[in-house]
Parts: sequence; structure tokens; C-alpha cells
Amino acid sequence: MSAPELARPTPAAPRGPRGPRGPLALRDARLLGSELRLVLTRRRNLVMLAVLALATVAIGVAIEWTNPDPGELQPGEGPPFLASITENGLFLAFTALVASLPVFLPLAVSVVSGEAIAGEASTGTLRYLLVTPVDRTRLLAVKVLATAFYGFVASMVVVVTGVVVGALLFPVGDITLLSGTTVSYGEGLWRLLLVALYVSAMLTTVAALGLLVSTLTEVPVAAMSATAITVVLVQILQAVPQLSAIHPWLFTSAWLSFGDLLRDPIAYDAVARGLALQAGWIAVLLALAWARLTTKDVTS
Amino acid sequence: MSTSLAAAPGTTRAAEGAGGTALAVETSGLTKRFRGGQVAVADLDLAVPAGAVYGFLGPNGSGKTTTIRMLLGLIAPTSGTVHLLGRPVPAERAAVLPRVGALVEGPAFHPYLTGAENLRRADAADRTVDARTSRARIAAALDRVGLGAAADKRYRVYSLGMRQRLGLAMALLRPRDLLVLDEPTNGLDPQGTREVRALVREVAAEGTTVVVSTHLLAEVEQLASHVGVMSAGRLVAQGTLAEVTSATTTRVEVECRAPHAAAVVLGDAGLAAVTATPGGAGADLGAADPEQVLAALVAAGVGVRQFVLHRSTLEELFVALTGEGFDVRA
Repeated sequence: MSAPELARPTPAAPRGPRGPRGPLALRDARLLGSELRLVLTRRRNLVMLAVLALATVAIGVAIEWTNPDPGELQPGEGPPFLASITENGLFLAFTALVASLPVFLPLAVSVVSGEAIAGEASTGTLRYLLVTPVDRTRLLAVKVLATAFYGFVASMVVVVTGVVVGALLFPVGDITLLSGTTVSYGEGLWRLLLVALYVSAMLTTVAALGLLVSTLTEVPVAAMSATAITVVLVQILQAVPQLSAIHPWLFTSAWLSFGDLLRDPIAYDAVARGLALQAGWIAVLLALAWARLTTKDVTS
Repeated sequence: MSTSLAAAPGTTRAAEGAGGTALAVETSGLTKRFRGGQVAVADLDLAVPAGAVYGFLGPNGSGKTTTIRMLLGLIAPTSGTVHLLGRPVPAERAAVLPRVGALVEGPAFHPYLTGAENLRRADAADRTVDARTSRARIAAALDRVGLGAAADKRYRVYSLGMRQRLGLAMALLRPRDLLVLDEPTNGLDPQGTREVRALVREVAAEGTTVVVSTHLLAEVEQLASHVGVMSAGRLVAQGTLAEVTSATTTRVEVECRAPHAAAVVLGDAGLAAVTATPGGAGADLGAADPEQVLAALVAAGVGVRQFVLHRSTLEELFVALTGEGFDVRA
């Protein structure tokens, strides 16, 4: 090599703006903020939220039109809270959650989480994130938080729409819980928030599953559909009596335990078991996703 | 100013090349075998001196992009090591990659975000920059590549050339010590190509090392101080542009009335591939000194009308090194 050709000033390295001060977690907040903005402003994701809200409105309107006499409904007929809606509008929110939990909510989370890594890989933005550099573990953490938050937003959309439409169409006031105790409307709203948080925790398992699948492919649609189909498949397994031995360990088994949050006092046993089961599933799924993402060759 | 480059402050390892210069990119024995068993890159020893503009050449499928992906830690080498700016990659990529701007296999952005929004996202991903200067740096980078007016248009409506510029803007979001540009002029019109060339010169003049892979050999001849040529996964030539082009045959063409006498003198002088035509004689110069060859011709009484040294162009060299063929390597 001829040295004279290289006679250029060597820059003091590293040049440029010095890094910001403050704890590392705060620096990553910028990427998380960007990710949340990406997820929550994408038109497709907003349309899915609108569909969830519309479904809730449709349930309310349908019940208002048919207006069944509560006495005619036999126990076990229709969603458990259906009969109570005409007595108190707050139950519309619970009914809408029960109705959207098997398919609509997991589907929405499947789409967002399936997109998370595979979408970046298919557009090629994954390679640029990684050379920025974004540590792969950090990237997974940001994606988990953003998709879990989308699940929370989705369940809150159902709840808020349910509360508002319920208040418009049906009586509002003190609410009689499943255990027969009557509590104030405010206490009812508080219970509703707990239910929404529980549902979000259930959806986080779907998010973790979607992220795992998303690290395995570069085709986002494949990741989305594989995730959604798995959730449906698990619910079918849940419905087969011969498989009762594995039922307690399926991640959907505790999804509807949130009914216990509507008792007085709250029966925490099933809720705690449900949360523990989800935590176990989330840990396993994310560990697999991490193992895959941190070792894979990014050739997209 | 000193002619030799001391290792830049902040480098933990004194990466010294043969000439005592610090190496911005250094690989040793770098090999990538994909799962199918195909060897994409074999035993690669790259040496890019700090401050160089390094033209990275090779036909499609010769392993350039795989090499660049290994340099940046996107794929793991099967064996061998990579040092960027004196630090090992991927072990210390968190420390070194913020100093490296890259354009790998074309630009890639979110289609439904605008150019500025895409850069905002890229900047947010970099935890080593100051968020307060983000807006100004994004505006400056967009202006630098001539995209200021299109900053608020969605990426999906960008033309190929605009996309390429946005990719360059992302690489220039902050001052860099090393730029790795894979086909930066791909899809650009002649004006755009000139602008990119000017941009690379400008960045290099600021002291940034630039590794640029391209098929446009004329570009490399105008831009590069050093070149490396890959063929079938191997590095077949590397050095300064002058070294590499002189490594190939320089032809001596002598125009005279006595071609046979001239041919004999050339042969006696130790030159190879001597030819005689009715109008003159020719031979490969090899290591011989052209002035002594001419003196020998004159001393032998050959009336020399014209004495030409014909250096092969980079394109001829490229074809000689990597083959004429049109087929994709299996």
C-alpha cells in the first residue's frame, strides 16, 4: 500500500455527537416509541381495532332489537352475560370481550405479532436495524412490548366501546355481580379494567407465539396465518373431551377465568393460575424466539 | 502532516497493514459455507487502509454481498475473523457499528412512512446519538442527497433513484468513520451517479474510509484509491489501484520498419509473448524497465518510430481475473 495516497487527516474516533446521558433503558425508549408509533398508526392495525369496536356495537344493537326477556334464557344459553345486559349496560363490555376473545382479539394480535420480525425481514428493514446496530435481544424485547401493548389497546377498545354503547342503549347504575352482590357503577368499571388487563395478559401469549413464528419466516402473511391457526387449533383441542388430560396446560384453558374477577370478593385462585400458565408459555415461546433470532443469518 | 496514519484514538487494537497503516477493514481467513454446502466466500483476507476509497469488485454471485453481510455482523462466518476500525466483529459490534454507515443490497424502508419518518425511525434505533439533534441531522442528511423537497412523501411513491438516495441519507445520518456502500449507484440516472461520486469524494475528503462495491468499473477508476477483486468467492487481486492494474500485462508496442529485428531485441531483453507484425513488434513488458528496452532497441539499430506502453484498463483486468463467462456460478 502506498502511504502517501493515504495522507489524509485521521478523524478522532468516534466522532459526531456524543451519546446521550442517562440510563440505558431510557435510550431504548426512543426505539420503543418509534415501534409503538409504527404499530398504532399503521392503517391495517387501526382497521382491525375499528372492526373490534364495530363488533361490540353490533352485539349491543342486536340485543337492543331482540330484547329478550331475561326469564326466557336458560342457564348456559348464549354468552353468560347476555341476559344481564338488558339490566345493566356495563355487561355489554363483558359480553363483547367474551365474544371476541376466541377469534377476533387473537386474530388482531396474530397479525401484528406475525408482522413484527417477518415484516421487517421482507421489507429488508431488519438488516438496517441490525447494522444500526440494534442488539437482537433488544429488538425482540421492543417487539414483544409493542405487540403486547397492541393487545392491551385492542381489549380496551372493546371495553370502552362496550361501556359507551351499553350506557347509550341500556340502563346504567349499580351492578349485580355474578356472586349476587350489588356494587356501585364505579366499582363495576374498576372490575372491568381488571378484566381488560387479564385479557391483555392472555393475548400476550398470542403475541409471543406470533413473534416466534415471525422469526422463522420472511413472509409476514405466513407468520400471521400460522399464529392465528394455532390459536384456533388449541381451542379445538380444548373442546375435545378425550384430551382432558392436557386441557389444563393449553394456553387457552384459563382465558375465560376472568369471570372470577366479577365475584365479591374476587376469587383469585383461577386468575392467578391463569396468569402463571401464561407466564410459563410466554417464557418458553420467547426463549425459543430469542434463540432463533440471535443466531439466524439475516440474508433478507 | 505525517504520511503514515497512526491508529485512530479509540481503537483498542493496533491493526497494522504491510505499509504500517491502520486498517479500517481487515478480515483474515474469512469463510462462509451455507447450509446447502455451497461455499460463498472462501479464505478471504481483505485489507482496507484507513482513509482509502476501496473499490470492491466482482461479478454477480462472486460473494461480495455475503462478505459485506459478514463485515456488518448480519451473518456469522463459518470461520475466520473480521475487524472493523480495529475492533472485532461481531463481538464488539455494539461499539463499532455506530461508526459505520452502510447501504447493503439496496435501500429498504417502510413503504407507508415518508422519507423523513423512515429516517426518524432509523435515528431512534441508534442508542448512541443525541435525540435532541435528530431533527437537524435528518434535515441535513436529506438535503445532502437532494431529497429535501421529497422528505414528506411516502417512500412507496419514491422512484428507484430517490430510494437509493434515501439509503445514502440514512448512512449519513451522523458522521461516520467507515462507509460500506453496496452498489450505491444502482438505479441512478447519470446525474445521480455523478452526485453519488461527488458525495463519496466529499465524505472521503473528510477522512471517512469508503468501501464501495460496484459494477461500474469506470466509476472505480475515477474514485478508488484501492481495489479488491472477487471471483467465485475468492479474492483474486487487492492493492492500490496502480498496483493492481500494473500487476497485469503491460504491452510494449514498437512501430518500426524492421519488425523482426525489433522482435529479437525484445526477446533478448527477456520480454515474453513477443509478436512481430508488418508494422512493428510487441511484447509483454513484465518486470522490465521500459527505458532500458527502448535504449536496447536504439542500440541495436532499430529505427523506432513510436514506442507505446499499453496498460490494460480495469475492465480488461476485471475480465482477465474473473472470466469472460456469462453463466452464473453454480
